[in-house]
Parts: sequence; structure tokens; C-alpha cells
Amino acid sequence: MLNCQGATRLLSQAQEQKLGLQERMALQMHLAMCSGCRNFGKQMHTLRQITRAYAQGADERADKKDGQAG
Amino acid sequence: MNDPTAARTDSETRSDHPSALVDREFLDSLRRQMHKFATLQLSDAHLAEDAVQEALMGALKNVQSFGGRAALKTWVFAILKNKIADVLRGKQRVVNASSLLRADEEDENEDFAALFDNKGFWQVDERPVAWANPEESLRQSDFWRVFETCLEHLPGQQARVFMMREFIELESPEVCQAVGITVSNLNVMLHRARLRLRECLENRWFGTGANPC
Repeated sequence: MLNCQGATRLLSQAQEQKLGLQERMALQMHLAMCSGCRNFGKQMHTLRQITRAYAQGADERADKKDGQAG
Repeated sequence: MNDPTAARTDSETRSDHPSALVDREFLDSLRRQMHKFATLQLSDAHLAEDAVQEALMGALKNVQSFGGRAALKTWVFAILKNKIADVLRGKQRVVNASSLLRADEEDENEDFAALFDNKGFWQVDERPVAWANPEESLRQSDFWRVFETCLEHLPGQQARVFMMREFIELESPEVCQAVGITVSNLNVMLHRARLRLRECLENRWFGTGANPC
């Protein structure tokens, strides 16, 4: 049975390469029962989104929009 | 070579002129950020300075074509990323791989014990919560300060492979080659970097109530 440490390892690895069938099945079974790891999985996508926005200067643009939003 | 800041002369600081994009304060802050990033990537202040210098000079030559500072910054970082990627690809092994792996294995159990119980399940107070509105956070300068702090808190080697992969967007095999590690070593390091980063972001931003859930 896959534990959370193993599930987060696979969720991280899935950012690099497609997982094998067995890995995907074990992961899906774990995620069905574990909200913490479901959240972790979403956060992996968010983390990539954040880092790529950072690379594109989103932190610089943020200052302006703060001013507009008040 | 010329100091790139010399591109700004006093007659060019009027706000209607494109060179207003490159006033001293903006340029200093951009340069600091580029240098921090390049140094983290290359572990060599001299190589980092060269890469920053080249990227900045290239951008300043074409400053007329940018509609704003954000566009200029995007472009400068794209050039810098390419320069760093070239240096990394050429360098093959930027660090001593065996020392990197040893350090990695030593911390591993400590890292995981703080997050997971002895059966490998989340410790109750470490279980990830849902992050509300991450897109909204990207527009807040406070968020970016937190993000930079969290990046700085990553152990140096983890930060480097994470940034090579996610910021410079090298493919996994390219990162492995640059650092001299195997794919499975890389996966271990990225896993740990992501565990730490997400924990830091949750503790300092998404789980604090600064960002309502």
C-alpha cells in the first residue's frame, strides 16, 4: 500500500515523466483516500505555474497591479 | 566594454522616451535579481557576472522595442536563461557529484521525519491544505517577497536543480548532465525541494489567513 511519502514522490516525479501503469493505479487509489496528497498534487501544478510566472517577471508586474487594486 | 548603465544619459530620462525604462533604480534592482539568480545557478560569481553583463547589454541595445519594464524584464531574463543554459551544458559537471549525493542522503531521513510519521503518512499538522486562489496571489507583490524568501531557504543544491528545471526550463536529462547525477538522484532532489517549497509557501502565505480560504 502506497503511503503519503511514496505518493508525494510519484506526484513530484509525474512533473518530469509519465508514470508507469502500476504507479498510476497505486497513486489513484491513494489519492481517493487522502485529501492531503490530493492537495499536494494540485500544489505541484501551482508551484510550476508560480515559478514560470516568476521567470517571466510576474513579481515586477505585481507592483503595478497592487497600485490599481488599492 | 562599456558600462551598460551608460546607455542612460541625463537627456534620456524624460518619461516619453523609451530610455526612461532603464533608470538607475530599475536597472540596479534588475541587475541584483539577475545576479542572484545566475550565481545560484552557476555557483561562480565571475561566470554569473559575465552572463548578466551580456544579457543586459543585449537588451539595452534593443531598448526602443519594449513597451514597458515588465516586457523588458521578461526579455532580459529569457536571454539570461539561455546564456546560463549554454554555460551549464558546456560545463557538464558544475559540482562534485559525490559530495552532492552524500549530503543529500544524510539529510533525507531528517527531512522526511519532520513531515511524515514512521509509517510514511503525513504528520497531522503537516498535511497539505487546499490553496485558495493561487492566480490572485501571483498579482500581489507581498506574495513574491514570500516566494523569494522560500527559495532562499532551500538548501543550495536543491535550489539549483529546482531552478534549472523550473525557472530555466532545462529538461531533466540536461539537468542531470549539468550537475553530474542520475535521473533517480534528480527525482529525489526535486521531490525534496518541492516538499520544502510547498511547506514554506503554505506556512508563510497560503495557510496564514493573509489569503482568505
